[in-house]
Amino acid sequence: MDTETPRKIPPPPRKPLPPPPGGVVQPAVPAADPTPAPEPKSPIHIHLRDLHKSFGPKHVLNGLNLEVPRGESVVIIGGSGTGKSVMLKCILGILVPDQGSILVDDKETVGQSARAREAMLRHFGMLFQGAALFDSLSVWQNVAFGLIQGRKMRRDEAKDIAFTKLAQVGLGPEVGELSPAELSGGMQKRVGLARAIAADPDVIFFDEPTTGLDPIMADVINDLIVKCVKEIGATAVSITHDMASARKIADKIAMIYKGEIIWEGPADEVDNSGNDHVQQFINGSAEGPIQMEVLKP
Amino acid sequence: MCAEIGRLAIFTRNSVWHCFAPPIYLRLILQQMLRIGYNSLPVVGLTAFFTGGVLALQIYIGGTRFNAESLVSSIVALGITRELGPVLAGLMVAGRVSAAIAAELGTMRVTEQIDALVTLSTNPFKYLVAPRIIAAVLCLPLLVAVADTIGIMGGWIVGVKSLDFNSSVYIKNTVDFLEFGDIFSGLVKSAVFGFIIALMGCYHGYNSGGGAQGVGKATTNAVVSASILILAANYALTSLLFTT
Ligand SMILES: Nc1ncnc2c1ncn2[C@@H]1O[C@H](COP(=O)(O)OP(=O)(O)OP(=O)(O)O)[C@@H](O)[C@H]1O
Ligand SMILES: [Mg+2]
Repeated sequence: MDTETPRKIPPPPRKPLPPPPGGVVQPAVPAADPTPAPEPKSPIHIHLRDLHKSFGPKHVLNGLNLEVPRGESVVIIGGSGTGKSVMLKCILGILVPDQGSILVDDKETVGQSARAREAMLRHFGMLFQGAALFDSLSVWQNVAFGLIQGRKMRRDEAKDIAFTKLAQVGLGPEVGELSPAELSGGMQKRVGLARAIAADPDVIFFDEPTTGLDPIMADVINDLIVKCVKEIGATAVSITHDMASARKIADKIAMIYKGEIIWEGPADEVDNSGNDHVQQFINGSAEGPIQMEVLKP
Repeated sequence: MCAEIGRLAIFTRNSVWHCFAPPIYLRLILQQMLRIGYNSLPVVGLTAFFTGGVLALQIYIGGTRFNAESLVSSIVALGITRELGPVLAGLMVAGRVSAAIAAELGTMRVTEQIDALVTLSTNPFKYLVAPRIIAAVLCLPLLVAVADTIGIMGGWIVGVKSLDFNSSVYIKNTVDFLEFGDIFSGLVKSAVFGFIIALMGCYHGYNSGGGAQGVGKATTNAVVSASILILAANYALTSLLFTT
């Protein structure tokens, strides 16, 4: 059952990697600078250090380290139930990590005040795995919600933006007036995506953006995510099981296993990562170091 | 148990704070008033009507033993305005509204809609809890005022139609006997009951566990705790404030 915890492989040549779990020296981050100038922001937008989270006896995150560079798209891959969604929720402050630190723009966010969190989240967008649309509101009101409630924009103005965003995810104006319960799963996902990007946030989290979509629409969504990162300059963290999507949208790919990042590197190196776990995952093979705990016949 | 009380206390403090701190969502308050108040009218009205009627019958039966049938109208009025109106309306609305609030917020919790609210920079206390509490506190006294009227009318109909009271004498006795304090005490109580109803619905829904089962449990707990707290608060309020 308890396989040996996999260690990180040595850093690939091109990009510097964070130290192994448990490492303390973080020379790349200018956090120690006593008077940080406001303008030149740190190149690392989100920095997770030694993150731990358990639910009762169940350890989900086990000392997770991750750096998300500003304006880049990081894709997290990893098996079902390994804590990918939990990690995103910790960054958003929906879940409170038991231990560790989360730096956003070099500011510690674990234990910050509710007001500071609200201010921080104004720059964040999140697509939930289950879309999490408000079923008491119509589709366009869902998309415009962050603009109207969060940014105090006028309703008609927000409505125009909402319909534009809906069009970008391939939903016509007739969908805008429906209630979320009247949509298919894939349509709900796309509305969730439109809501996440409606306010043009600096940081966008996508929890399985292409799951439940047909291959063509999935590619449209991939393009949209790439566009958000390349044109708008947002920082994106996406979770996906879809390797085609990961290759397309990622600048950097990280694999999570047993609550730790066991490999990370540039997207084009994922095929010769030299890591058995990564190899097994991208080949989608049942044979390998990752053993699913299932009853074999 | 202690942890639960602590959590409830913090939840209550947050809720009350956000009822008063701006911004206040007027639109949502009106929407909730419609759902909590207006839609409860039939239930509360019917409850009050039959209670007034049965009260008239019972007091008449009891009163004949002391030759005190003439007291029917005044005791019906007193019983309805001071106790039965607020308490029965409170309990009926608790069943309807606490359950609905707990189910709604519970579903929002398990489908991550409350988390989504947070990520859209909207405080769930402000957006979900405060409008419901404000609406319930405002609506319950109005509902009870209606219940008082219909309850007394129920007694009057039974009194005149089946107990052969003279209609105008019955009405005159009611009006002469009732004091402002009787009605007022009932209305004050009902505002407290409204607070309890919305708070229990929100608390259990907001902290609902996972899945349909969790929401079901939250709904049951909301109704049971709201009902018991209403009865306890009723006793406490009556003994503390409204004796004499
Ligand atoms: N609120 C919670 N309470 C208890 N356990 C939880 C909770 N949320 C998540 N978990 C547990 O944490 C583990 C990781 O969950 P998470 O949702 O992060 O998985 P995931 O990596 O996103 O998987 P998937 O790819 O299937 O979405 C799961 O085993 C789950 O049982
Ligand atoms: Mg997930």
